[in-house]
Amino acid sequence: MIILENLIGMFSYGFMRQILLIGTLGGVTCGVMGAMVVSMELALVGMAISHAAFLGSVIAFFVGINPLIGAIICSILASAAIGPVADKRELSTDTVMGLIVAVAHGLAFLLMGMMVSAKTDALNLMWGNALGVDMVALETVVISFILVIGVVIFFYKEVQAIIFNREISLGIGLPAYWLFYGIIFLIGITVAANLESIGGLLVSTLIICPAAAAYQLTYNLKHLFYMAGFFGGISCCFGIMLSYFIDVPCGAVIVLISSLIFFISNIFSPKRKVKRIKKLEEVSDVY
Amino acid sequence: MNNDVVTSLRNVVVSYREDVALRDISLEVKQGEMIGIAGPNGAGKTTLLTIINGLGQLVHGEACVLGHLMSAGQRGRDFRLSWRIAKLRKMIGYVPQGSAIDPRVPIRVKEAVMIGRYGRIGLGKRPKEMDWEIVNDLLKLVEIKHLADKPIGHLSGGEQQRVSIARALAQDPYILLLDEPTAFLDWRSRSEILQLIKQVHYQRQLTTLFVTHDPADTFDICDRVVLLKEGRLKALGSPKQVFSPENLRDVYGTTILEGNTSGISRNVDM
Amino acid sequence: MELPYWREIPVVLVEMLTCDFMQRALVVGLLGGIVCSLVGVLVTSLRLSFIGPVISHAAFAGGIISMFLGYNPLIGALIFSLVAAGLTGPLIDRGEINPDTSLGILFAVTIGFAFLFMGLMPYAERTEAYSLIWGSILTVTNNDLQFLMMISLFVVGIIALFYKEIQAIIFNREIALAVGLPAYWIFYGILFLTGLTVTATLQPIGGLLVFSLIITPAAMSYHLTDNLKHLFIISVVFGVFSCWVGLFLSYLFNLPSGATIVTLSAVIFLMVSVFSSNKVKDLKIVKGDYK
Repeated sequence: MIILENLIGMFSYGFMRQILLIGTLGGVTCGVMGAMVVSMELALVGMAISHAAFLGSVIAFFVGINPLIGAIICSILASAAIGPVADKRELSTDTVMGLIVAVAHGLAFLLMGMMVSAKTDALNLMWGNALGVDMVALETVVISFILVIGVVIFFYKEVQAIIFNREISLGIGLPAYWLFYGIIFLIGITVAANLESIGGLLVSTLIICPAAAAYQLTYNLKHLFYMAGFFGGISCCFGIMLSYFIDVPCGAVIVLISSLIFFISNIFSPKRKVKRIKKLEEVSDVY
Repeated sequence: MNNDVVTSLRNVVVSYREDVALRDISLEVKQGEMIGIAGPNGAGKTTLLTIINGLGQLVHGEACVLGHLMSAGQRGRDFRLSWRIAKLRKMIGYVPQGSAIDPRVPIRVKEAVMIGRYGRIGLGKRPKEMDWEIVNDLLKLVEIKHLADKPIGHLSGGEQQRVSIARALAQDPYILLLDEPTAFLDWRSRSEILQLIKQVHYQRQLTTLFVTHDPADTFDICDRVVLLKEGRLKALGSPKQVFSPENLRDVYGTTILEGNTSGISRNVDM
Repeated sequence: MELPYWREIPVVLVEMLTCDFMQRALVVGLLGGIVCSLVGVLVTSLRLSFIGPVISHAAFAGGIISMFLGYNPLIGALIFSLVAAGLTGPLIDRGEINPDTSLGILFAVTIGFAFLFMGLMPYAERTEAYSLIWGSILTVTNNDLQFLMMISLFVVGIIALFYKEIQAIIFNREIALAVGLPAYWIFYGILFLTGLTVTATLQPIGGLLVFSLIITPAAMSYHLTDNLKHLFIISVVFGVFSCWVGLFLSYLFNLPSGATIVTLSAVIFLMVSVFSSNKVKDLKIVKGDYK
């Protein structure tokens, strides 16, 4: 009963209600975005962009402007840089992504080390603080939600084609490269929007986990999007509620819940079934 | 040539996940034989080679290769981690299906051939002068001596296939396994590679098994042919017997004029 | 500290070299640079660059958790990084999930736990935990140094002893297996070495920065050579160079040492890649003229 009272108490805060709603929206955005990221095998790209966004927010914080602006600028720059750098065939993509993460980490921590005061706020950018975000960030979450969902709905068949094969979809006359870059760009926006609430080092995992969980459960692309969105939403929703009740860092809890969902879905995955053969007759005299 | 059995498979069943790759295959291979393994895509040709090489998982049955017994365990046993089977692999030269090699791999052609000797040299020891001589001779044999110092990733498909064969021979194998050595090659390199395989087989008195999706490859050089379909053994015998019109129709689903080998290859490639 | 003029750099250098903790830091930089770059070449040429971050984040999480429980962070880091190394191998092998994704999931779990326990720590203890994020090369104890020395000897020894097997696996794991090498054991051994390296360098360099020091020198030397032996040598030189110069810069300008080292190595990498990409372009032009 106490839990119920607490729950009601929580919902009676207008602000808390808003955070919960927006957080869940952010989770859904990350999940849907992740469905694209995972099925296009861009998990590393997502990670690299989110680290770039984190660096951007730290720089902005260091300079003294809104971290959100820095995050958006840096993630867009990173998304613009990643495609061409990855196309340069001398290094494998994962090494390039590793390098971007390395540079972002190095510079961000360098700046953090140089900050004299207000280190705690900068640290919050690392692991996020859903209960302390401002209105601008909330609005950005809504905008990114609309953008991502809109792209998925309007360009569904193009997205489907690119997921199948980038070269082939270019071959059949789709503007595959533009769409591909558009999707990378969308990753950047999604990351930047959720950076402050989930945390710069955690948001990329929120993109991957729900989608990877959904990927285990279905062969159907539409269901993949629904499920990934749903998983992302509930991870955020539960995470925020938990961190409200017991004083635990919100971003970390969200990420752990989403990876828990992944492990559970892994157990129930139809893709893992192995045919057991006990007797020779089962296979030899079929026809 | 003696007639010892070097490889015998008994009721072998292999399964990956939900698919059964080989169903109840029994086969005996004698020393010095040249055996072709044919069949359409997904017939289990490659799987058959991996079983002989101790790289596969047996779900049922047993395989005895060069005196090494591999029998199926409870849930399909994997022999990849077994030291005992690692010893067996040193005696078998394996030329895997050609695949694109990353052009950045920091390995030179002669080093790639030398890798074949590593199993024999032993853990923690360095290649000696003699090993380099063997590698040099092999590079001459497969006619790529001039490429010895090139990075392996920069070679063409046919050249990489030759490197692969040289590496397999560097093992001084008793058995040579080749997986589609002629795939993706043009007509000329194809007949050259086949000629090379034949030459090596007789010179070194090997037992050779080679997989091909094209029956035409087997006519000149194979003693016996194994025809597989959907993991089952359809036919076993001389190329003439095996590629009878009935068998071909049954396996490939097309009617083919007897003796017209180019016709066969065209139909099969479809 | 005021910014010294360039003329005073030699003076500062001498001052730095005579001071006790700095000498120790330079030894750590030497060993850490060598061992990280060697492991880096292994990891990048096996196309496992992203195993670095996963293992280092696992070590970081382990360090934080054992700190939370009141043990030496090194113990937790060792256990966690070895477990992570042991888990990633099968995940990659089975090929059920795209390795990127499975590594991403492990990454999520480890960093989630790390930040969770950091959040649960009382504020007073957090400062120490922060040092595990970006490392503190200047406060390395004798024990840490001995551990690092042992690990470096071990890693160098293993690579020298099994050089040819490692070369075969870098070429192709299936082929290495087919010629009769115990390829899987060696592959797992390499993952294990990565775990050890990360653990040993966790405190001086920092959990979130170690893997950069692993990847960057190796990636850099890939630009300059296609010979495996030279790859090892060049990346060790780069690794030690960026460690020492980074240390010097951080001493000079009073910057966090780990972050300075990593940023410096990244800058060198960018310079090298610009330089080498020019070379490639020139070659193309020559080829075009020739035709």
